[in-house]
Formats: sequence, structure tokens, C-alpha cells
Amino acid sequence: MVLGTYKEVVTARSTDKEIQKIAQDGGIVSALFCYALEEKLIDGAVVAGPGKDFWKPEPMVAQTADEILAAAGTKYTFSPNVLMLKKAVRQYGLEKVGTVAIPCQAMGIRKMQSYPFGVRFLADKIALLTGIFCMENFPFASLQTFISEKMGVSPELVEKMDIGKGKFWVHTADDVLSIPLKETHGYEQSGCKVCLDYVAELADVSTGSVGSPDGWSTVFTRTDAGETVFKAAVEAGVIETKPVDTGKFGLEILTKLATQKKEKAMKEIDRRKEMGLPVPFKASSEKEDPLANV
Amino acid sequence: MLARIKQFLGIGAKPKEVPKEEVEKVAEEKAKPRIGYVHLSGCTGDIMSLSENYDILAELLTNMVDIVYGQTLADVWEMPEMDLVLVEGSVCLQDEHSVKELKEAREKAGLVVAFGSCAATGCFTRYSRGGQQARPDHESFVPIADLVKVDCAIPGCPPSPEIIAKTVVAVINGDMDYLQPMIDLAGYTEACGCDLQYKVVNQALCIGCGTCAMACQTRALTMTDGRPELTSARCVKCGICYVQCPRSWWPADRIKQDLGL
Ligand SMILES: Cc1cc2nc3c(=O)[nH]c(=O)nc-3n(C[C@H](O)[C@H](O)[C@H](O)COP(=O)(O)OP(=O)(O)OC[C@H]3O[C@@H](n4cnc5c(N)ncnc54)[C@H](O)[C@@H]3O)c2cc1C
Ligand code: SF4
Ligand code: SF4
Ligand code: SF4
Repeated sequence: MVLGTYKEVVTARSTDKEIQKIAQDGGIVSALFCYALEEKLIDGAVVAGPGKDFWKPEPMVAQTADEILAAAGTKYTFSPNVLMLKKAVRQYGLEKVGTVAIPCQAMGIRKMQSYPFGVRFLADKIALLTGIFCMENFPFASLQTFISEKMGVSPELVEKMDIGKGKFWVHTADDVLSIPLKETHGYEQSGCKVCLDYVAELADVSTGSVGSPDGWSTVFTRTDAGETVFKAAVEAGVIETKPVDTGKFGLEILTKLATQKKEKAMKEIDRRKEMGLPVPFKASSEKEDPLANV
Repeated sequence: MLARIKQFLGIGAKPKEVPKEEVEKVAEEKAKPRIGYVHLSGCTGDIMSLSENYDILAELLTNMVDIVYGQTLADVWEMPEMDLVLVEGSVCLQDEHSVKELKEAREKAGLVVAFGSCAATGCFTRYSRGGQQARPDHESFVPIADLVKVDCAIPGCPPSPEIIAKTVVAVINGDMDYLQPMIDLAGYTEACGCDLQYKVVNQALCIGCGTCAMACQTRALTMTDGRPELTSARCVKCGICYVQCPRSWWPADRIKQDLGL
């Protein structure tokens, strides 16, 4: 199962004009958190908030819609969101925590929930885990190289970054610049090379841009909790949906990309294991489905 | 229950053919696992953590298990036979009595569990170096696995109430899949925050998720440029950061089962 277990997949976007303007894609993450906050399904959410340096995020606990919106948009570098979960519960006193997580962060959270060795009274307070798709991530210095060196833009002028159609894009107030993804090779984080999850298979709800037109998102509902929240948000008119397989978009491209990512990672896992290096995943020969995230 | 676990662990002899009535008799007698608790050089925090399972504690202690031995828990002087013994604290090599009690526990218990990080990894007793009154000679403290065979470990300083409850339930149900990581962790005795650097970052595995820093119970870890940074003066060598890191071991099947995926 290259796309993980899911109940339903749709194309969707936030109906809020404000969110549409600032969100990365369909604004699903922001819309879901704002809705869940308002309905008191969560009492706060851990998001990748703005940091001291432009485009270098800092995990933050958002307790209002404004704070959630201040963190909208993708930052293509590390935001160790999992770290803030404990603070959200201990320092902020939250009982029902929402969090946005790339697939590997979801893995850290889910492992902690199944095996909370030293982590007391936190596992059952994660009320909504919204996962986002992820092909790879970059150290901050790589990002600086792309923007400042390769494109010659000053980071404070950048309004949006995006990866798509084989390119790394940067939007400023009056320019759209790009470099081919080829030029980003060698700048990725090495830990990503053994990653077997593209579409946040362990989230309650996962979302990403691939598979949907600009301004829209592809959304999987996976767990019972995820399905309930998403359906309620749609019913409340906060999110609008349409079927996923329209025109040139849809599951086909998503399946293709997920398969490519997993096949490449599986090869790297096998290679590293052969060298005697430790990898927490099974070798392809040890498992039934080489593309499963085990 | 014990037979199943022993069989799984490959310890003890294969069960013999026994008449049915006898099996039933034994089953009746052994319905509740007999649990002992041995308190070595620990702080009682681990057993306190067990008691924080408020909702299930009464049920656990009265209906699910028999606490047959243990300071603060049972008024018993002679160590009885036990199905499982929870050992809290590390062992002081200069304290004859501790060494003897641990060895005796190994002999009398089917399963020895290193309960808490002091027993499992030595934890902050790793910093002990003697020279204090009233026993300046009490200098050397080691995880219990240095002296006896340990069947499984529940690290944590202390282990969370939830992991204790989950472990006890798994033991009662003979759920070996759930216990497997704890069986594997019995061999993880030399723990330190620097394991993240050696075993994760140096091995090209770190993904900057921040789980380690979240899990650290002493705030010895911060995240700098997406990588864990250790303030070694704060580290008590409990091993929890490495144990919770998604890139140290990965229980995918259990997670999917827990999530209903
Ligand atoms: C490193 C990375 C790689 C990605 N790769 C792909 C891809 O290959 N294909 C694809 O379809 N989608 C990818 N995405 C997801 C995509 O860019 C959007 O984040 C997603 O579609 C959500 O958009 P939205 O409009 O619903 O969210 P918004 O409403 O804009 O909210 C986005 C949320 O993500 C959080 N966030 C931003 N950056 C990070 C970060 N670095 N770490 C953790 N949380 C963060 C923000 O705090 C915010 O809450 C990637 C995202 C990241 C962070
Ligand atoms: S590719 Fe995998 S490991 Fe890398 S950042 Fe994305 S989810 Fe994490
Ligand atoms: S938990 Fe592991 S992978 Fe995550 S930041 Fe810490 S060392 Fe890196
Ligand atoms: S860094 Fe923290 S979690 Fe890791 S071993 Fe040290 S005290 Fe324990």
C-alpha cells in the first residue's frame, strides 16, 4: 500500500478567503486547526511558527486562529515540532493538542504513543495529528544556498517557497524565480534517504499539494478521529471538497511519486545494511511488501 | 502465562505432557501472576509511577496480579518464588546485601525485569564515585544486567505510568509482540545522551523531528539547526532519548494496530 491505509481521499480547500491567500496549498492544515479550536476539539496546536531568521521556523504552540495563520505556509527546513508537544501539555496546560507533522515527525509521535517509556501523561492528549506529504527536507544552510546564492534573492523578500513541476520555486512581491530540482541534489538531509513514507501514513488526516490543482490540496482521512473532524469541518462549510481524480491530477501521479520515493529509499536501506550500517527498517528481502513503512 | 513467556524467551524446559485435570489445577493456581518488587539503589520513583495508574490500580493490584514480595508493598521477609520480579535501582558492588538480594531474585523469579533506568542503564548512579560518609567505600554502581541475566527492561526516569500499565497487561496476556522491544532493551545498558550523536546523527539517520528533546526528562537536550544538542552536565544517562527516537527502532506493526490502520 504505497499511500497507506485510508478511509477516503478527496481534493479540498479552505473556503476562507484569508486562509486561501496565505496558505501553501488548499489551507487544509490551517482550516482544520482553526475549526477544531473553535469547536473546542483541541485547545491548541503545535505549528511551525516564524523564527528569528527569515524562513527558519520555530515550533510554537498556537492557541488562537491568528497564531495558527501566522504559521501557515511551507518552510523547507527543520521545525522540530515534536519537541513542543511536551511543553504544550506541561507549560501551556493543554488537554487536547493538535499538531502538524511531516511523516517522520508523525513516526516519532506515534511511537511515543505506543511505547511511552519516559513520556508520562502525553500520549492520550494528542487529539489531532495533521500530517503533510514530504519528499525530502533541507538543512537551513541548504535553503540559504538556494535562495541567496543560486537565485540571488535576499530571504526577507521571499513570500513563498514551493517545490513542484521539477523545480524549486521562490515568489517575491514582483518576481517568481526557480532552480531545477537537479540543483538541489546533494543539499538534502541524509536521514531522508531511508524514509519510506511520502503521504504521512500515520496521521489522522494527511494532506499535500500533489494530486490536486493549484490552490487545492489532496486529503486522506485515515483514523476514526481524523475522519470525524474532517467530515465535521466539511459539513460546517469550512472546507469544500471535490472528487480527487479529475483531469491530469489525482491518485495516479501521487502513487507514482510515492512509489518512486519508496523504491529509492528501499534501495538505500538495502545498501546501508549491506555495509553493516544500522537502519531501523527491514531490508527488502525481509518483508512481504518492500514498500511498506516497516 | 509464565510457561508461554518462558517458551517464547527460550528459557526453561519444554512443557511436558500432563493430564488435563492437572493442567486445570495449575491454571487455577497460577491464574494471577505472582509479582515481586526488589528495591536496590533506586529512589522509589519507579514504583510511585506505577501507583499513578489511578484508574486501574485497584483492579491491577487486587484482581490482576498478586504482589507477593517487596518493601513498601508486602510485609514479607523471606523472598518467595515469583513469576516476575521488578527490580528498581542499580546494584552497589560494595554492598554485599544488594548483590545477594539480586542474585536471589534471579533464582526465585521466572522473569527479571529491570524496572526504571537505574536498574536498566545505571542512570544517574553512573556518576557515583564513593568518598561519602557513612560508607565512603560505596563507590561502584552498575545496571543489574551486569550481574544477572535480565529478561526485559522498562527504562525511564521514571518509566511513565502508561508504559508500566501497558507492560503489565502485555505480560498478563502473554503479548510477546508488544514486549519484544523491552526484551531487546535488556541489552541496552550503556546509555547516554551522546548515543543520539553516535547512533543516529553519525549514522546518517537523524531527521530533526525533536522527539528526543521532547522525551528527555531532564531537559538536557535542545534542538540546534535541526539536530539534538546535549548539555552533558544535565544528562542522567537514562537512555530515554535514544529509546524514543523513531530512528533507533521502529515498531511499525504495533503502531498500525494501535491506530486501527
Ligand atoms: C519539508 C516539506 C516537504 C514537503 N514535500 C511535499 C511534497 O513532496 N509533495 C506535496 O504534495 N506536499 C509536500 N509538502 C506539503 C506542502 O508543502 C504543504 O505543507 C501541505 O500541502 C499543506 O498545505 P496547506 O495549504 O494545507 O497548509 P497551510 O495551511 O499552509 O499550513 C501548513 C502547515 O505546515 C506547517 N509547516 C510548515 N513548514 C513545516 C515544516 N518544515 N515542518 C513541519 N511543519 C511545517 C505550518 O506551521 C502550517 O501549520 C511538504 C512540506 C514540507 C514541510
Ligand atoms: S523525507 Fe521523510 S525523513 Fe525526510 S523530512 Fe520528509 S518525512 Fe522526514
Ligand atoms: S529523535 Fe532521533 S531522529 Fe529525531 S531529532 Fe532526535 S536524534 Fe534526530
Ligand atoms: S539526554 Fe536526557 S533522555 Fe537522553 S540519556 Fe541524557 S537525561 Fe536521558
